[in-house]
Amino acid sequence: MVALIVNGKPQNIAMDPETPLLWAVRESLGLNGTKFGCGAGLCGACTVHIDGAPVRSCSTPLSAAEGLNVTTIEGVAGPDGTLHAVQEAWIAHQVPQCGYCQSGQIMSAVALLKETPDPTDADIDTAMSGNICRCGMYTRIRAAIKTAAKA
Amino acid sequence: MGKQISNKAPRSQKQKWTRRGFIASGLVAGGALVVGVAVRPGHREKKMAKYMAAEGETLLSAFVKIAPDNTISAIIPHAEMGQGVLTALGAMVAEEMDADWDSLEVVEAPAHKDYASFIAGREFILGDKAIPSFLQDTINGAFMKLTAAMDLQITGGSLSVRYTGASGMQIAGAAARELIVIAAAKVWEVKPGELRTEKSYVYHDASKRSAPYADFAAEAGTSKPPINPPLKARKDYALMGKPLPRIDIPAKVDGSANFGIDATVPGMKYATVMAAPVIGNTVKSIDDKDARAMPGVIDVLNMGSYVAVVADGYWSAKQALDVLDVTFTTSGNEALSQDDIFTQYNTALDDALADGKSETLHKSGNITKAMDSAAEIFEVGYSVPFLAHACMEPMNATAWVRDGKCDVWTGTQNPLGMRGITAKILDIDPDNVAVHNQFLGGGFGRRAMTDYFSQAVELSQKTGLPIKLIWSREEDTQHDFYRPAAACKFKIGLDDDGMPVAWDHVFTHKLDPVESSLPCYDVGALKAHYVESPTHIPHGPWRSVDHTQHGFFIESAIDELAAKAGMDGYAYRRKLLAGKPRFLNVLDRAAKLGKWDEKLPDGMAKGIAIMESFGTIVAEVLTVDMRPESLHNDMPRVTHVACAADAGMAVNPDGFKAQMESGIIYGLTAALYGKISIEDGAVSQSNFHDYEMIRMDNSPAIDVDIIISDAKLGGAGEPGTPPVTPALTNAIFNATGKRLRSLPVSDFDFSKPA
Repeated sequence: MVALIVNGKPQNIAMDPETPLLWAVRESLGLNGTKFGCGAGLCGACTVHIDGAPVRSCSTPLSAAEGLNVTTIEGVAGPDGTLHAVQEAWIAHQVPQCGYCQSGQIMSAVALLKETPDPTDADIDTAMSGNICRCGMYTRIRAAIKTAAKA
Repeated sequence: MGKQISNKAPRSQKQKWTRRGFIASGLVAGGALVVGVAVRPGHREKKMAKYMAAEGETLLSAFVKIAPDNTISAIIPHAEMGQGVLTALGAMVAEEMDADWDSLEVVEAPAHKDYASFIAGREFILGDKAIPSFLQDTINGAFMKLTAAMDLQITGGSLSVRYTGASGMQIAGAAARELIVIAAAKVWEVKPGELRTEKSYVYHDASKRSAPYADFAAEAGTSKPPINPPLKARKDYALMGKPLPRIDIPAKVDGSANFGIDATVPGMKYATVMAAPVIGNTVKSIDDKDARAMPGVIDVLNMGSYVAVVADGYWSAKQALDVLDVTFTTSGNEALSQDDIFTQYNTALDDALADGKSETLHKSGNITKAMDSAAEIFEVGYSVPFLAHACMEPMNATAWVRDGKCDVWTGTQNPLGMRGITAKILDIDPDNVAVHNQFLGGGFGRRAMTDYFSQAVELSQKTGLPIKLIWSREEDTQHDFYRPAAACKFKIGLDDDGMPVAWDHVFTHKLDPVESSLPCYDVGALKAHYVESPTHIPHGPWRSVDHTQHGFFIESAIDELAAKAGMDGYAYRRKLLAGKPRFLNVLDRAAKLGKWDEKLPDGMAKGIAIMESFGTIVAEVLTVDMRPESLHNDMPRVTHVACAADAGMAVNPDGFKAQMESGIIYGLTAALYGKISIEDGAVSQSNFHDYEMIRMDNSPAIDVDIIISDAKLGGAGEPGTPPVTPALTNAIFNATGKRLRSLPVSDFDFSKPA
């Protein structure tokens, strides 16, 4: 049993503590927005926040989140459902195509803007290059991050 | 040029194609009016009853429904995989129907043969896939072509908008509108010509009357649908051609979109699989002692062609799979390497040239004579590697076999094919199989294949449990249906000015489409032919199919000819396209957008390429920076891609632009890094560390110029991909003088000055 806080709600997860956080949130909590892409921390589709910092949940054991605050894509919008500025910008720029990588992209972007509210192109390159978009929507992601930064 | 598409068909078939059969309408329970474009008259399924009309109707493909609350739904027989098909096809119905866009509902059709995205079933064309010529330019012809090209409700070939949209959705919308107008005229006792329609309402301005469409549904349901409803002129479009926010996007920013991998069934267990590394080999024996002892493991199964572990969760299943000791059978392919494969291809090409034994696809003019009279002969060969699709969402499916029935949840480009295969595996009636299509986390052709889906069905059947099968990324990379590796040889006869007068192009493999090996230029006498040189590596459609390799082959050869003639690539192509104004326009627009004449520092250069695919002409001008300080991990840095595209028009311009951007990055990724190589009979690459992708820090800026012309609607999903590879290698040549005749670019060392 591992105790942690997910999207503001205390949870006890009855899984082997070595289980990657990805499968804990998906299979135990039913939070399916976080995606499996590579299982090796190479593509970023599984990005979530632990205490605000982006991590690849496919290669982070559940035990590493014990007692900490985990935020998944389902917890990015406000409690009343108000979308985060990054989500709004994603819609405004029509970023997603297939959409599979976008939870991870948004989690990385939200974390970037928290640390660096007005990112340069180089900041965006550094923060976002761990996230692959196979539909190739990089120019839109970059533009959306800049829009969200101004929001 | 003789495209070898046979148009022979028994004339008697024509009798079955009456216009009456195409459009049907009627009321369904609750008073909703349904209008559809029928795909095959004379056949009706009970399952269509909730969408379909009364007794005696012969509706086969339901496209639009008006509910009593005036909600209009469009039923779309294609899968959403990010190409925006739900939005584009919805807009096409709404446009002709004058439906209110904001309240339009778009529903993806279930996998049912009545939704097949082709007009003619195989029985209709008597097993002959040829297209009768008299049908080609008609509605039915368009669907016939689709039948020939694809197979049953497949999303691919950039066909959704071109065929289903233009030949189905628009006509259904127009027919529905006309039915409503005629009904309103009857009810209000006015002439139909006095009525106008807007946002799902009918107006009679003279008497200041207006009413929602739904008010006339009952009356409309008693009328026969129009035989040939008039379609709007492009200039009158209110929705088509204007940017529309995609309806699938909001769910893709908050985690709520349901992909195949997100399907959840009560009591389901998780499975993951391993097939033989040497594709095609089978399981000989398994030592599963350690695996079975691991927590959460329910079963270890020898499924013949693969091993599966079933467990309480994916992680447990994968951990157990990793400790299995599996012995596979041998087939003789265990020693095969990538070099062997290319040697085999080149031998096949040489043999074909020596003994003339090849399959001719296109032939025009007297090539022997033209070659003999040429001032100079230029010979060159190119090759391309195998490529994986690498969809972001690894292959997966959830199946539940019970009580002689089967439900499957997955993301597929081919729901109907999957339904049929499931019925075959389980030996049950296809009507007892339900395929619940989810969003696709990438398709690109991979999800037209049924292998992963079959496995889920087999595992559920074997265990009696609902099974969610998820492939690891490694399994996904190593058991794809790859873009085939291919090689080609050109023999090109040139006149005194260095312009082609004879063009002989022989290559390995042909998949589809047949015109992909035809150059768009006037190259004189022409022969395009191929040899099959099979290996044990399975291949399948990969975004733009054969256009990917032929784009590289043809546009590299043309660029070499330009250099030989001492001309720049743009000017040489202009000269060759002098008689083709539509192509010339696209080329010029790309050159302008990409600032072809821009003065660049040493080490930077531009490359150009053009190709028509799936009815759309795309030219791209790419800028590359090869200066040592600019390289990205010792690789050329692509700074900009300018893309001009003529697809007639773009139904949703922003969606079209996004498709071009996507096709460019997909093609550029392959050009820079894409290589699946075979060692010891198996795929060497396994995950994104050795099958690399373009990422944010090396993605170029992209500009897209959408050209509106009078041409028929072309595709969007694929045509952006083919030109980008030769545009890159041509740019590298212009920057360095180094001509790349094989791919990917990462095979070459650019870290030191040439």
